Amino acid sequence: MKNIQIYLIGLSLLAASCGGGNTGNETKTPAMSISIKGSDTVLPLSQKEAEDFMNGIPGAAITVVGGGSGTGITALMDGTTDICMSSRDLKAGERLKFTEKQMDIKEITIGYDALTVIVHPSNKVEQLTREQLEGVFTGAITNWKELGGDDMPIVAYSRESSSGTYEFFKEHVMDKKNYASSVLNMPATGAIVQSIGQTKGAIGYIGLAYATSSVKSLKVSYDQGKSFVAPSIAGAKDKTYPIARPLYYFYDGKKESSVKGFVDYVMSPEGQKIVADIGYVPVQ
Amino acid sequence: MVTYLYNEIFCSKRMNKIQKFTGRFMEALVKACGYMTALTVILIVLFLFSEGISFFSMRPTEDNTALWVNKSNTVQQLSATQVKDVFDRKITNWQEVGGANMPIQLFTIDELAETFTEDQLGKSFEHVPRCINAFIDSVPGTLAFFGDKQTEAGLPAARRMEMAKISFIGFVSGTEWFPTSQPVASMGIMPLLLGTLLVAFFSIVFALPLGLAAAVYMAEIADDRIRRVLKPMIELLAGIPSVVYGFFGLVVIVPFVQEQFNLPVGETALAGSIVLGIMALPTIITVSEDALRTTPRYMKEASLALGASHWQTIKNVMIPYAGSGITAAAILGIGRAIGETMAVLMVTGNSAIIPHSLLQPVRTIPATIAAELGEAPFGGLHFKALFALGCILFVITLVINLFVELVLKKRDKQQ
Repeated sequence: MKNIQIYLIGLSLLAASCGGGNTGNETKTPAMSISIKGSDTVLPLSQKEAEDFMNGIPGAAITVVGGGSGTGITALMDGTTDICMSSRDLKAGERLKFTEKQMDIKEITIGYDALTVIVHPSNKVEQLTREQLEGVFTGAITNWKELGGDDMPIVAYSRESSSGTYEFFKEHVMDKKNYASSVLNMPATGAIVQSIGQTKGAIGYIGLAYATSSVKSLKVSYDQGKSFVAPSIAGAKDKTYPIARPLYYFYDGKKESSVKGFVDYVMSPEGQKIVADIGYVPVQ
Repeated sequence: MVTYLYNEIFCSKRMNKIQKFTGRFMEALVKACGYMTALTVILIVLFLFSEGISFFSMRPTEDNTALWVNKSNTVQQLSATQVKDVFDRKITNWQEVGGANMPIQLFTIDELAETFTEDQLGKSFEHVPRCINAFIDSVPGTLAFFGDKQTEAGLPAARRMEMAKISFIGFVSGTEWFPTSQPVASMGIMPLLLGTLLVAFFSIVFALPLGLAAAVYMAEIADDRIRRVLKPMIELLAGIPSVVYGFFGLVVIVPFVQEQFNLPVGETALAGSIVLGIMALPTIITVSEDALRTTPRYMKEASLALGASHWQTIKNVMIPYAGSGITAAAILGIGRAIGETMAVLMVTGNSAIIPHSLLQPVRTIPATIAAELGEAPFGGLHFKALFALGCILFVITLVINLFVELVLKKRDKQQ
């Protein structure tokens, strides 16, 4: 008897839930739907922009997915995303592929990110030239005394090769040379800050927004040591700080009408304020 | 009334039929689930190997790109490592790679734009092949790297330098892992393979004595009350997400290792082994405790009756009896450690160097796959290399599992 009761209760519950489901599931097709994919650096920014944009326009649906700059660019090529976010410029080969596919790629700089070279707070070294940084990360310089510091081995931290930051640093600081095998690869920027904060001989690079008091930022020079510049938002804006990189949105010019609303919002004063809130440098 | 209805429903012949039918239906359903699971496993393995094996017929250059040298150059072939060193400016003369004594002049799309004016290159870059050809012709030491698109008109003054296809031996014995280096990726997994085995082996060296001691305590010495508290706690250890272990390792164990050994860096194979050892503990404890418990009562009693103390009984009767079970526990623990990804990714530093000691950073195979798959272009060389890594990992764990089967079979025979 008990069994039957349980069955009955179960059945009625099932029926009720089905009924409820039917009445509640009247989905509307969104008035506007955009998919955004790419760089993990730009990801938090795009998410916030998309949220605020959707709040303003009911019915708009924006999907934001990370995965890395390269992933986004491939997706844009295959037509599986509308906007690609990227923390690096297109490579020559990628430009060529877009031309072959007869896609007219529009490139919009939505903000800047200053890369900061950080060391342990107890380190005596205050500033380095680009050539010295190259030596450190390619493994040619292995002791701090070669850079005017104490006699201790240098421990260089980098991001994983999947990161746009990794590629940017390799291209613009290391003159496209490969990282030494002995460089430590960390899965996240937060992990780099944590490790450098607890390792005396450590050096690494992070986005300006990630710098905390547990690490020390270095001044860098791009003119063989004539002038050294400390990383700052202002410096990234007026380009006196050399290791600043633009953050991009790429999209197909032929589909401009479908993404224009969102891109315009990001470039508006309101959208640019979000750029600053997230910790990047606004374009204006 | 109720009893009557009950009898009417459940004891009638019709009910019997229904019961029989449900029984058969359930059996069929269970069978289908079993087959589906087996099929899924087979499909995954097939997918893994079909992607991984196609890697070995590829060339280490990017698709539709090639290296070109002057026709007069005597160097016929360069290895991936040599090309990488040339582009890193570690090799600057053809003499170093077995050619004539002349400096190597790199020539890529960047140099092209610097050397020739826009007028020379043409409005829609139609003169690019001619410019490339002219440059290679005038500088005999050139090593040029271009896409096929830019060279399809042909370079009469140049010779295309084909890279050797990737071989299994080269893949396994190579010592440099630069999967994204341009223009030629060097993919040698020796450092990754050794790193994985080193970390896994030492995690068991740490975990086995501790785990075995805990198992003996739980199986023989602890009284019921304590066991009832300890057992769920140890099982809970298996339920903690591995990323939490990783974070714990990064914040607690890494600084500890660094201070104790006075190292420049704490992210080492040792830190990885300790974290993995902790993670392997529940497996080792549970399996070896079960093995210890299977010791027949009469053997224990015989030992005690002969005058052996409790400890002597444990040491001389129970542990030898459970030997194969304990071995199985250790091997299963190694299997867990070899495949572990997230915790290792966070604490070992991930430098792809061949480890000479426990106090160096290492990079393991699972960590490599997890860290790099996100950016590897779908279906490309790097992507397939990661699948080949997955195949190797699969083979290692398969061998380990077969070994466990073998050991356990031996135990069954003993009994």
